[in-house]
Amino acid sequence: MTAHPPLELTDASLAYGERTVWSGLDLTLEAGDFLTVLGPNGSGKTSLLRAILGLQPLTGGRLSILGRPARRGSKDVGYIPQQRLIDPATPVRARDLVRMGIDGDRWGPGRHSHREHVEELLAAVGASSYADVPLGMLSGGEQQRVRIAQALGTRPSILLCDEPLLSLDLRHQHEVTALIHETRRATGTAVVFVTHEINPVLPWTDRVLYLAPAGHAIGAPDDVLTSEKLSALYGTPVEVLHSQGRVLIVGGDEHSHHVDEVGE
Amino acid sequence: MITTIVSAALPTAVSAAGSDDWWNRLFNFDNYGELLSLVHNSIIAGAVLGLVGGLVGVFVMQRDLAFAVHGISELSFAGAAAALLFGIDVVLGSVLGSVLAAVVIGLLGTRARDRNSIIGVLMPFGLGLGVLFLSLYPGRAANKFGLLTGQIVAVDDTRLSLLVVISAIVIAGLLVIWRPLTFASVDPDVAAARGVPTRALSFTFMLLLGLAVALAVQVVGALLVLSLLITPAAAASRISASPVVVPLLSVAFAVTSAVGGILLALGGNVPISPYVTTISFVIYLVCRLVGSSRTRRGWTRRAIA
Repeated sequence: MTAHPPLELTDASLAYGERTVWSGLDLTLEAGDFLTVLGPNGSGKTSLLRAILGLQPLTGGRLSILGRPARRGSKDVGYIPQQRLIDPATPVRARDLVRMGIDGDRWGPGRHSHREHVEELLAAVGASSYADVPLGMLSGGEQQRVRIAQALGTRPSILLCDEPLLSLDLRHQHEVTALIHETRRATGTAVVFVTHEINPVLPWTDRVLYLAPAGHAIGAPDDVLTSEKLSALYGTPVEVLHSQGRVLIVGGDEHSHHVDEVGE
Repeated sequence: MITTIVSAALPTAVSAAGSDDWWNRLFNFDNYGELLSLVHNSIIAGAVLGLVGGLVGVFVMQRDLAFAVHGISELSFAGAAAALLFGIDVVLGSVLGSVLAAVVIGLLGTRARDRNSIIGVLMPFGLGLGVLFLSLYPGRAANKFGLLTGQIVAVDDTRLSLLVVISAIVIAGLLVIWRPLTFASVDPDVAAARGVPTRALSFTFMLLLGLAVALAVQVVGALLVLSLLITPAAAASRISASPVVVPLLSVAFAVTSAVGGILLALGGNVPISPYVTTISFVIYLVCRLVGSSRTRRGWTRRAIA
């Protein structure tokens, strides 16, 4: 049997009633690919993730994961959300969160503690030293490390990252993105990284999917993030500046993305 | 110390002449053995309630449902009062009231803010209905007061088996949904992404919570249900974060409060709830003290900060 790509979209489209969010989306992710998804609010980034998770059916085209249709609760897809405030009194430790990633969706109280697997996952993200600390007492960067370990619990072939850098400072942003990069190198999982800020993930990005009001573009960062391309996507003049290895995008529409933010 | 708090809440006790007198009303262990054999069933009911309350409380904490518990208990009170008036079984009435409240809250209040306002609307209505039914009820006043503040009624065998059956349903239901409910409570985004049916779980839990509240109303009364459904779990999560230790401790605390409260209240002449609430409150204080010293030490050793 030939290996199916972790993610394949063929002429995919999604609409809510009259409003088309995106259409004609063709995309194939191979094992280990790093795809960064950019675009203003409302351009369908979250809808794309929901479609891959099997929570949102497409209105047209095909979406397959390892050759099979997307399925709710699939073990082939790992999910890393943005950092959330968690009450320090909530009785859940880092190791418990990781365990939930392994079998939290199953019924019953659970007989196996999966201790070895949990230790392994925590060690892989460098979180062993705070395995027993309540989640609410961890810093944002530490929490996101634990979340990466959690997402890897089912050995997924795609890792969906839903704005995991929000509310992290620059140093932690760098740590988290570097860790996700190392993870895809080590495990061969493909990465779909949704973000407002391109710069922290720019060094690792193989391809960019830019979703915009007037269409979308897919390609290498240098090919997509150009003034001509983005101006066409937005239908208004947009300027892309390169400065010291960073990309600054100026213009776009009023609820503009924050790709141009330099951090903090 | 304990007695002063209670006496402040009970002006009738203070109005009695000497301090010995109200002490005797609170703690009187004459003929204790005889009394004990009479309330044998109540003690079993208390222990079962502690077990249910301790387990449910863990999720009430995680899901931030303290206010919902209070709201459900007021409607449970209304149901029980209606049952008293119309001459049907009080347990049945309070189960109907609280399940109805739980369904309404579960259906309409999926988001926290909606939920709180719906509870805020339901709660006074339930309490008002309850007051109406009670004032229409021609029977003894002690029965009426008992629904609000708890009582050791002679729990006969029929009622005890009803309480045990309801408890068994709640515990069995909780065990089945334990893992996904924990996941959905602590980590809703990822749980939803992993295909956990968060909506359905939330609704199911509300139903189980309704049943648990109806049980608690029978022993501690509608106003003080939180002392068995929140305080033990809150105390337990002060001193541990383990998903195994917290429920076990919470159950231990709730059983201690419920059974201890009944045992102390036996000899006294006041409702059972002050004893139950005081025991659970003291446990909470101790756990808080233990927990705060632990937090100061950084909770656990960390190799590298």
